[in-house]
Amino acid sequence: VNSLVLRTAARFLISLLLVFALFLLLRGHDEPGGGFVAGLVAAASVVLFSMAYDVPSARRFLRVDPRRLIWIGLLIAIGSGIPGMFTGDPFLTGQWADIEFGAVGTLHVGTPLLFDLGVFLVVVGVAVTLALTMAEE
Amino acid sequence: MATLTTNDLLLPALFAPFGLALLAVPFERALGRWSARLLAALVAGLFVAFLTFVPGVTDGEVYTASLGWAPALDLAFTLRLDGLALLFALLITGIGALVLYYGGDYLSSTAARGRFFLFLLLFLGSMLGIVLSDNLVALFVFWELTSITSFMLIGFEHTRQSARDAAQQALIVTGMGGLALLAGLVLLGIHGGAWEVSALAEPGAIDSESAMVLAAFWCVAAGAFTKSAQFPFHSWLPAAMAAPTPVSAYLHSATMVKAGVFLLARMHPVLGDVAAWGWALPIVGGVTMVVTAVIAIHQTDLKRILAYSTVSALGTMTFLIGLGTPFAMKAVIVFILAHALYKAALFMVAGTIDHETGTRDRTVLGGLRHAMPVTAVAAVLAGISMAGLPPAAGFLAKETLFAAAVEEPLIVLLAGAVLITGALTLVAVAMVVAGPFFGPVRETPRHGHEGTPGLWFPPVLLAVLGIIGGLLTPLGASVLTPPVESVYGAAVDVSLSFWHGVDVVLILSIVAISAGIAGYWQLAMVQRLLPVARANGDAAFHGYLEGLGFVAVVHTRLIQNGSLRRYIAIVMLALAAAGLGMLLWQDGFATPAYESVGLEVFAVAALLMVTSIAAAVTRSRLRAVAFVGAAGFGIALLFVLFSAPDIAMTQVLVDILIVVLFVAVFRHLPTTARSIPSRLIRLRDAAIAVAAGVTMTALTWTVLTVDRSQDVSTYFMESAYPLGQGRNVVNTILVDFRALDTLGEIVVLAVAAVGIIAVLRLRPEDDAPANQSSGIETGETS
Repeated sequence: VNSLVLRTAARFLISLLLVFALFLLLRGHDEPGGGFVAGLVAAASVVLFSMAYDVPSARRFLRVDPRRLIWIGLLIAIGSGIPGMFTGDPFLTGQWADIEFGAVGTLHVGTPLLFDLGVFLVVVGVAVTLALTMAEE
Repeated sequence: MATLTTNDLLLPALFAPFGLALLAVPFERALGRWSARLLAALVAGLFVAFLTFVPGVTDGEVYTASLGWAPALDLAFTLRLDGLALLFALLITGIGALVLYYGGDYLSSTAARGRFFLFLLLFLGSMLGIVLSDNLVALFVFWELTSITSFMLIGFEHTRQSARDAAQQALIVTGMGGLALLAGLVLLGIHGGAWEVSALAEPGAIDSESAMVLAAFWCVAAGAFTKSAQFPFHSWLPAAMAAPTPVSAYLHSATMVKAGVFLLARMHPVLGDVAAWGWALPIVGGVTMVVTAVIAIHQTDLKRILAYSTVSALGTMTFLIGLGTPFAMKAVIVFILAHALYKAALFMVAGTIDHETGTRDRTVLGGLRHAMPVTAVAAVLAGISMAGLPPAAGFLAKETLFAAAVEEPLIVLLAGAVLITGALTLVAVAMVVAGPFFGPVRETPRHGHEGTPGLWFPPVLLAVLGIIGGLLTPLGASVLTPPVESVYGAAVDVSLSFWHGVDVVLILSIVAISAGIAGYWQLAMVQRLLPVARANGDAAFHGYLEGLGFVAVVHTRLIQNGSLRRYIAIVMLALAAAGLGMLLWQDGFATPAYESVGLEVFAVAALLMVTSIAAAVTRSRLRAVAFVGAAGFGIALLFVLFSAPDIAMTQVLVDILIVVLFVAVFRHLPTTARSIPSRLIRLRDAAIAVAAGVTMTALTWTVLTVDRSQDVSTYFMESAYPLGQGRNVVNTILVDFRALDTLGEIVVLAVAAVGIIAVLRLRPEDDAPANQSSGIETGETS
């Protein structure tokens, strides 16, 4: 594939897709979205890049080895379960906190978001690894 | 009789070795050989911490600690330190500290030391976990951890085939026993309605007559017998001598192999009244005790002599626990203590000899007392204890053992077995101590001389403690009362003395000692008279492994033949059989009442049908994939229509990626059009497809008739915000309510990715690519 149209479009689409993935990840707890879907969107953006250009450029674009994302994601997901144990709850019990930002408002955050981030990274890692490895064959 | 006290020290004491294990490799990098001394000192600190419990436990106190684990399952991580647990905890930490010190000098290379400390400390923690756990599940987890760390330690020199084989054998034998133990513990938990050993030991908690408890007994016994290398599972232990000697001294004499004995001792108050307990344990223990004592005197390798005599000692312990009398329990506790001290010391002595002279073959060793005088002292003192001579702890152990045997009705048989074992043990002692250290000086591969302090101090300390312990025990027998009572399950009067007057016990002792001395004098004749028992588990074990390999090959050819078509056909047929079978014979088929749906649903349904049929009949691969993708989009539309936007989004993205992956794979397929199979095959495939479709339709219809007013989704709808703090119900389920499931799923995802990478990247270079990737389309040619 060597299409100028696809390349030009990909430049815009990829950033849009990545922002969208982040958006899905962050709002997932209250609105449709979540780590799994966000991970697939982000993976799709990398796959799009690899189709518009080629696989080595896609790997450079990603900067990290996608295989590394898999275990980092697993560690984050497991780690998100540990804070609950310090309060005497079982592993993976959600812990929440409200962070005040003065006039801007309050941010309601908790370990489930961290868990979702772990899911996100694993899904991105697995999907990108598979797609790029197969495309490289 | 016991007062319970909660103690905050127990949990940190249990987790400390695991924390130290993480530090072991960095410590060793930073400090080199000194790291062994530091780690040994830290573990010795743990030993002192446990020592502080001795006065309390002697006064009859029992310390407990508890940590929430999975409250939803009624599971708590409960620890309990009673007399038996304290005795073992002291042995584990005390000998552990000495073995760390010894191992630091024994192992020369840095990389080996770091790994050794890591695994040994992990093992130490797991072993502490076994003896401190009151909860059955925790006990099992630690039990398995000792099997795994033992596997790592036996296979420590992993470049040697024999070490790997020995490690594998130990893991498989103890692992199978572990599975049996799990079944036994679960049966006990279900039967007794409690998951704490202390609760199950309460009078009336267990009905010793019931079949379930009998089954539980056999399962628990299988776990204990395999772990403690009882006949016919004994052969993994001598094979485990492939491990470095510090490991043998620790795991395979003083601690891990005693886990099985510990388990039996722990379970005696729970299962002791089961009728089979009274005959199975004495028979298995007695046979092990005699058979392996005979095998021991045929060995030439010092470590193997000690290994077989360890199995024999473990048999004696099992035998005593099986007798179940207060005398027997007293004997087993004294014996555990004495054996741990002298056997660890003798293993270290054997290791030092090997380290300094380059051989462990007793036939080429002699006169080492000149070159290695300190080690010789340790060997002699430990040997006195092992031989059961006064005033060592081993003498008291043997006297109590004889006393326990002669009060049984089968006195002649039992006393005979104990007598033969006692005499053969003395022969083994002479082979290990008298042979190498006395007599004329012999040539060895290296010229022997005394090793570094790390190589002689630990065995000397242990051997001296064995003698001092023997001397002091008659005075301070009250210290031994709590462990004996925890094993017996009721109050026992524990008193020990060297002199009972001239009675049958003393006569037996003298006969055993004289027979032993005569036996060593005429060793060649005794070896001819007592042929090596060929009956061991080795042949059965290797037969089992071969059988397993054969079944795996047949199974793989039958089910995993590499044809994706066949996989799908099997999955679909199994689904149809199970689903339709359940509907026809169990639940019955039902038609739901019609609920009116909008026209758009019919439109999507029509789209789905058209795309599916098109995907099945088209001749172009690309078109088929495009149609499958379109069908996926149709399903996503259905999710949108029935208000499941999350699932719809996921469906769309998964479909996109699947199409992309298919296209990536297509580049490797021959460019010819899809081959058309014969009419018969097409009919067969159509039949399978129809069966699967009919099943799913019937299941879906029937599911719709189920009353859903009380189902789980109502719960999640209501509690998503108050409990999960989210308004997206699906997401709160995924990341909060069912987070553990999700964690499991992403782990599976990661493992699957590793597998796929391996398949794609690591295929042999010379294989034609077409053969490898063609499974998708042409794997089946029938």
